[in-house]
Parts: sequence; structure tokens; C-alpha cells
Amino acid sequence: MPVTDVQQDLDNLTLTITADFAAPVERIWQVYADPRQLEKVWGPPTYPATVVDHDLTPGGRVTYYMTGPEGDRHAGYWLVTTVDEPRGFSFDDGFADLDFNPRPELPVSKNAYTFTEHNGGTRATYVSTYASAEALKQVLDMGIVEGATLSINQVDGLVAS
Amino acid sequence: MTEESADRADALFHALADRTRRDILRRVLAGEHSVSALAAKYDMSFAAVQKHVAVLEKAGLLTKRRSGREQLASGDVEAVRSVASMLTELEQVWRGRIARIDVLIASDPDQEE
Repeated sequence: MPVTDVQQDLDNLTLTITADFAAPVERIWQVYADPRQLEKVWGPPTYPATVVDHDLTPGGRVTYYMTGPEGDRHAGYWLVTTVDEPRGFSFDDGFADLDFNPRPELPVSKNAYTFTEHNGGTRATYVSTYASAEALKQVLDMGIVEGATLSINQVDGLVAS
Repeated sequence: MTEESADRADALFHALADRTRRDILRRVLAGEHSVSALAAKYDMSFAAVQKHVAVLEKAGLLTKRRSGREQLASGDVEAVRSVASMLTELEQVWRGRIARIDVLIASDPDQEE
């Protein structure tokens, strides 16, 4: 399993996940730099993602929607804050309406992704921080579908290994 | 999300965002303690410890009962689980994404394996 460490910080509402991938840093960067690859990994199999705008530069926006089993669409956006190609980037992740206008009443998380060379592969560190317990709860309530698809993902992973 | 569940989440995280309260909670999860026995463990007034116990009680992490002149406190294991489970749910979303990246890079044609 590529996930090597998970840290939950209850005081700061921060989740830090470390994963080791068997590919060079540039390859992992490419997953995020190429919208067609990003949409393959962002949404779970039951809620596939479609990336629409993709400007991975400081101040740029990435927009996407996820399509549910009933054809229902759920949109989100990234506001890119820093970029250090290919070593990582940071962004605010929020919910949007279907025209990709941010929905300010919904929570925004701060995210920092870092990719470093490790034993011939890449160590990726994902840090996500929420402003309040309520924000975290809201995100989970809206993203509950993803949690439910975990078992499917696990099967996918087993088949691939 | 209901207003009630949001209020509950706020109360839970507020209660746990203090070192003394987490320490009190660890003790009462291990077994019932009188509030005066708890107070003796900390370098603070009985009233201050009682206040911490009240915050934990309000968040539903701890329950109190009376026994003669004593107030006995015990931890609610299920309530403690619900806080950690919120972050664990989020972790599952991440694990899904990471597994998909792994599948994607494994399908690269130039992969050696």
C-alpha cells in the first residue's frame, strides 16, 4: 500500500497523509498538471470528476464537477496559492455552483501537496486544514459518498497490485 | 447537515482542544473517578477542574452521577470515537485518491514491472 503514514491533529483540524509512489517526482507532478490525469484520480469510481478550467499557476483556478449515479453534478474549485514545479503546490479547495462561482457559505480547506525524491521513487505529503470543526463536519456530510466507495477503491487497488 | 449535529461537532472539538481536558478524559475513560480525586491530580483549583469536567460533560464526552457527597465522572467511549471518526472519514477520501494515483502510474507503458 502506498500510504505510509496518517496524522490526525484534532487541535488544529489538520489531516496529514504521506504516501510513497514508485515513480519519479516529475511523474507525480504530471498527475496534477494534466487535467485528464487529475480527473482520473480526483473522484471515486461512482462519482467521476471532470476537470473544466485548469490553470496550475499562482492565483490560477482549477474547476471541476463530479457526476453521481443519478446524473447529479457537484462542482468545486481550487484557488492555487503557490506553485513550485515539480516539488509541490498549495491551494484553497472550495465548493462551487454549476457555473463554478464559489459558494462562500460552504467551507474552504487549505491544502499543501509536497513531492520529494525518496528511495528512487516519490514521497508525497498531503496536508489539509479546516477552519473549524463545523467546516470539517460540513465537508464530510457533502463528501459522504466518497467514504462509501472506499471498499470499491480497495478492490481496485488489490486488482492492480 | 442539521444545526444540532453542527453544534455537537463544535462542542466536541472545543472540549478536546485543551490539554487538561484531554488528560481528564483519558483518566475517566479508564474508569470512574470522583471529581475531587481528579482535582487532586492537577495543579489548579477544585473549581477550575470542575469547570473542565463540566465542558466535557456538555460535549457528551463524560457523564456524572452522585454518590453521597461525591460526584463521580466516567468517560463515554462512543462519543470519543465520533470525533476521531470525522477525521478518519476524510482520511478514507484521501486513501481512495492515492490508490487511484498508484493505479494510474502503474499503467504507464514505460513502467519496468
